[in-house]
Amino acid sequence: MIVARREAMTGRVLLVLLMLITVVPFISLFVTALHPSGTYPSGLSWPSHPHWGNFADAFRAANMGELILSSTFIVLGVVPISLLLGTMAGFAFGHLRMPGHRFGFLLFVLGLTLPFEGIITPLYYQVRDMGLLNTRWAIILPLIGLFMPFAVLWMRAHFVNMPDDLSEAARIDGANVWQLFWRVHVPLAKPAISSLGILLFLWTWNQFLLAIVLVDDPAKRTMAGALGAFQGQWGTDIPLLCAGSLLILAPTLIIFLIFQRRFVAALLQGSIKG
Amino acid sequence: MARLNPNAVADPPVSVPPQPMNTPSVRRARGARRATAAGIGWLFVAPALVVYAIFVLHPLLLTFQYSMYKWDGIGPSTWVGFNNYTELFRDPDLFGSILNAFKLIIFFSFIPVTLGLLIASTIRRIAQSRLALVARTVLFLPQVIPLVAAGITWSWLLASPGVINQALSAIGLGDLTRAWLGDFSTALPAVGVIGAWVLVGLCTLLLLAGMTKIEPALYEAARLDGAGPVREFFSITVPSLRQEIGVCVTVTVIAALASFDIVYVSTQGGPGNATMVPGLEIFYLAFTQREVGTASALAVVLMVLVLLCVLPIQRFTRDGTR
Repeated sequence: MIVARREAMTGRVLLVLLMLITVVPFISLFVTALHPSGTYPSGLSWPSHPHWGNFADAFRAANMGELILSSTFIVLGVVPISLLLGTMAGFAFGHLRMPGHRFGFLLFVLGLTLPFEGIITPLYYQVRDMGLLNTRWAIILPLIGLFMPFAVLWMRAHFVNMPDDLSEAARIDGANVWQLFWRVHVPLAKPAISSLGILLFLWTWNQFLLAIVLVDDPAKRTMAGALGAFQGQWGTDIPLLCAGSLLILAPTLIIFLIFQRRFVAALLQGSIKG
Repeated sequence: MARLNPNAVADPPVSVPPQPMNTPSVRRARGARRATAAGIGWLFVAPALVVYAIFVLHPLLLTFQYSMYKWDGIGPSTWVGFNNYTELFRDPDLFGSILNAFKLIIFFSFIPVTLGLLIASTIRRIAQSRLALVARTVLFLPQVIPLVAAGITWSWLLASPGVINQALSAIGLGDLTRAWLGDFSTALPAVGVIGAWVLVGLCTLLLLAGMTKIEPALYEAARLDGAGPVREFFSITVPSLRQEIGVCVTVTVIAALASFDIVYVSTQGGPGNATMVPGLEIFYLAFTQREVGTASALAVVLMVLVLLCVLPIQRFTRDGTR
């Protein structure tokens, strides 16, 4: 019993330590953001006169309003379509299991571990030839394609576990395949779809490589891509950079804190399945 | 890609009318029905397949093709066979980037997984406590923010006036202070530390989730047999977590080999080429130095390396579960 209690104690201490290490960078960012702009504050030190105005300055300098709009637009372009296409394909591979489904599924699995850098070069020329360079479509369309392996795998894993009897019953009631999919299976798949939606939202919002390669104008990029440009422009003004970084990571942070339970569950499952 | 199966386009997505059961044509009807079912199945896959083919499979094939040419992205290209590949192994800078990616595995993968295992097994007993619930949220923060933000934050922490040096001075190790990301000998480990910070929380929580599935009776039996925490760790915890460990290693190894965002914002590959990684090198080669062929060859090598590392891990974990 004493052993167990001592272990619980070390566990607690360790956990608190780990949490501190996780949080310190955010605190440092916050404290530094309050220093007078243009200075080099050293380490963790609370400024004598906190400059809350830095956040307003950074908001203006980073063009935050437009950025949020741009990222939202990209997310709205990527996530619903990816969910629909991924669910449909997952349904076919997991439930309909038509001839050749193994081969088709394998084709998607092939892309699962693909690093985006692997195809970024030809993708650039392809997107250029389509005349989409420097538009938000240059991020939206390739991202949908790149998310397909994971989305299909995820949804197939859900549909494989659905009992066949369900479909039999619907068929006897005279439902066609589309009705079976849309009226019976999609409503039942809602938890799986919403978890997938959370992951895709996060990965889209935080997408960096595609944004900096395919779109020159930071105002048309994702939040993460814009942050890269912001660093290039204001990298020497540390307090302003910190304020800007905080503003740019605030939206995901807020959404995460609101939906944290779902997020944590989705991220844990996501890594297991991925 | 829909043309893979011509039927897919020919068959409309309508329901199959109920077939009369006792006619002589029942066999043929069943065959037709199966064909229609196949068509419908592929119709459901078609949209995903089309987007995937255009924006992933097609560029993937192009990467292989480009890697055989010398091309500046604008003018005519010349066929050079495997020269781009031999250049990768002859040019110390290019080869160095691949080596750096492997060194990053120590920080992105080995440290988070080992630490995650140790931490998770220590906090296993308090996994249901309120503190652990709070920790779940806190430890996930690095997963939620853009990697670019992690890079920017940490470049500030690791700078000469940053918190790391402040802490070192405070505990009397002032001699060690330096600009961690600007020093040739410490830049790569410093980048690695950023990656470890991002990934250690994820690994801990994944492993902890796996540990809660282990029968508590196993631990009790081990205790009765006089096993200490160390013995318990190696005889029960690690073997039971084979699958979770496999997942952690897979995710983190890919993160190390394909690292880009963190390096791009924290060091841009410098000082010199001390922190150059394949992802960043591909980016520079293709879009700054205009050596599309070499960039593509490196891209192919990177993709092959990822597969070579991931496939054995998958096999290792599968064996354990069957």
